[in-house]
Amino acid sequence: MHPNAATLAVFLALFGLVSVLGFAGERWRRGDLSLLHEWALAGRRFGTFVSWFLIGGDLYTAYTFIAVPALVYGQGPLGFFALPYTALVYPLVFVFGPRLWTVARRRGYITYADFIRERYDSRSLELAVAATGILATMPYIALQLVGMQVVIASLGFPTTGPLRDLPIVVAFAILAAYTYRGGLRAPALVAIVKDVLIYATVIAATIVIPAHLGGWGRVFAAAGQALAKRPHPIGLVLAPGDFTAYATLALGSALALFMYPHSLTGLLGASGTGVIRRNMVLLPAYSLLLALIAAFGYLALAAGLSPANPNAVVPQLLATEFTPWFTGVGFAAIVIGALVPAAIMSIAAANLWTRTIYREYLRPGCTPAQECAQAKLASLVVKLGALLFVIGLPTEYAINFQLFAGGWILQTLPAIVGGLYTRWFHRRALFAGWLVGMAAATYMPAVTGFRAVYPLHIGVHVVPGFAALYAFVLNLAVAAALTPVCDRTGARRGTDRTTPADYEEEPAGAAPVPAASGAGA
Amino acid sequence: MLRRPHARHWYWLLLLPYAALLWPPLYARHDPTIAGIPFFYWYQFVWIALSGLMTGCVAWLMRNPEER
Repeated sequence: MHPNAATLAVFLALFGLVSVLGFAGERWRRGDLSLLHEWALAGRRFGTFVSWFLIGGDLYTAYTFIAVPALVYGQGPLGFFALPYTALVYPLVFVFGPRLWTVARRRGYITYADFIRERYDSRSLELAVAATGILATMPYIALQLVGMQVVIASLGFPTTGPLRDLPIVVAFAILAAYTYRGGLRAPALVAIVKDVLIYATVIAATIVIPAHLGGWGRVFAAAGQALAKRPHPIGLVLAPGDFTAYATLALGSALALFMYPHSLTGLLGASGTGVIRRNMVLLPAYSLLLALIAAFGYLALAAGLSPANPNAVVPQLLATEFTPWFTGVGFAAIVIGALVPAAIMSIAAANLWTRTIYREYLRPGCTPAQECAQAKLASLVVKLGALLFVIGLPTEYAINFQLFAGGWILQTLPAIVGGLYTRWFHRRALFAGWLVGMAAATYMPAVTGFRAVYPLHIGVHVVPGFAALYAFVLNLAVAAALTPVCDRTGARRGTDRTTPADYEEEPAGAAPVPAASGAGA
Repeated sequence: MLRRPHARHWYWLLLLPYAALLWPPLYARHDPTIAGIPFFYWYQFVWIALSGLMTGCVAWLMRNPEER
């Protein structure tokens, strides 16, 4: 794509602005940044407003903005499963989120693994949850880089030669530096700019582009015609053969989203359960935005675009339909949209490493300051790893790896959400269920050529469904079946270090209980 | 904030969006359209808003007695 000076100038100006903001983050709502809960969770101090920007900026990643329209462009109505997915996730978290926040605050948890360690007294289950979290986060960060690469290529930077990776390395180095210094405060501040830019871009695109194309009705009609002309024609309405795939993709994705470490980090930054409840009411605003972004896939079809790489659908659409300076705004929105989740993901993965591996195995009895220093360092290592992943391996690897990761992370749900409500499950049964779930979530995409949807044979029927959800059902069945077996054989259940009172919210108006400085403190 | 324990039954309301969205035969149809947009699309779009609204209702129904 030809470079445009106005586009590039606006893009660089906005990128410069968020870099300054990122570094200003460490001075915002000052706290002792040598303590992990201050660095990683901004002292659990964010109110409704900031949490809304932070969690929204955290969950709706640049890859979403790139991949969802690309999927719609490629597969039509099936790609719209993102709508029920993001409509159903918030009612779910509305139920368990406040309980999770309460116990995390009371016991000083920063990661899910912290909770598992105390609840089940099981090192193996804790390690399983931590390893799954880190493993699922790494390719997710890499995908943010993939999203950035697509935009950077559209800006006219060289895509071949020795300087090919320079822009992305520079952008990531700046991100790494301000995340290292400011922790969660940095992406929280940047998230506000991100969201303003994203909303501006999407609302403008939703009004301006269909107007060029004769209105939304024409857009859908034209997209329908384009889909019907494909070698494998696709209808404009979901086909009956795709019903089970659609519903299971939506449900499985909704269940999995808040099992990601970075989702938890965003949630635990909140200052109270009321903040979480209000956010679960208000966050669907982002889902409406995502629905419009999904429809960009149809705008591209109606506009007759045919990008070589489907991931370039959105950048190409913005570049052809907007004036150059506003294209710069849109491109900046996507790239900044990648920085916020990448920062939070690296913090979350660093927390898992520090709390579960470093503090438990490498340096037992480390001081809070040593713990925090280790997490800061780990956040750099995680980002470097993701960068090498994207530079050194074909993009397909990151995308496929992420597909597996989405299935893996869901396998931690029985131990985590189950554990919030009951200690009925035996820790060994949960571990066995996790193991089986992980194996199934790996096997199914592997034998179908990296597809999320697996054709399950039940008798003579074939039920296509989201592999992650199938694996999850298997996981749950194993955990439930083995629990009575473990109990009967007399396997010890371990000591639960939480008490029922730890899960109960404080009465309104009561002074908040001081947070423990660390789990087990 | 301590919620009244019996208020938890309002949580069942949150299953409504699940029922409305997890059964595609319910909405996988072209008509009626709104401004040329097929039912399949606008139905789900409206349900995103309704799901938020429903969560808001549950939050309001479960609020503390002393907050009234």
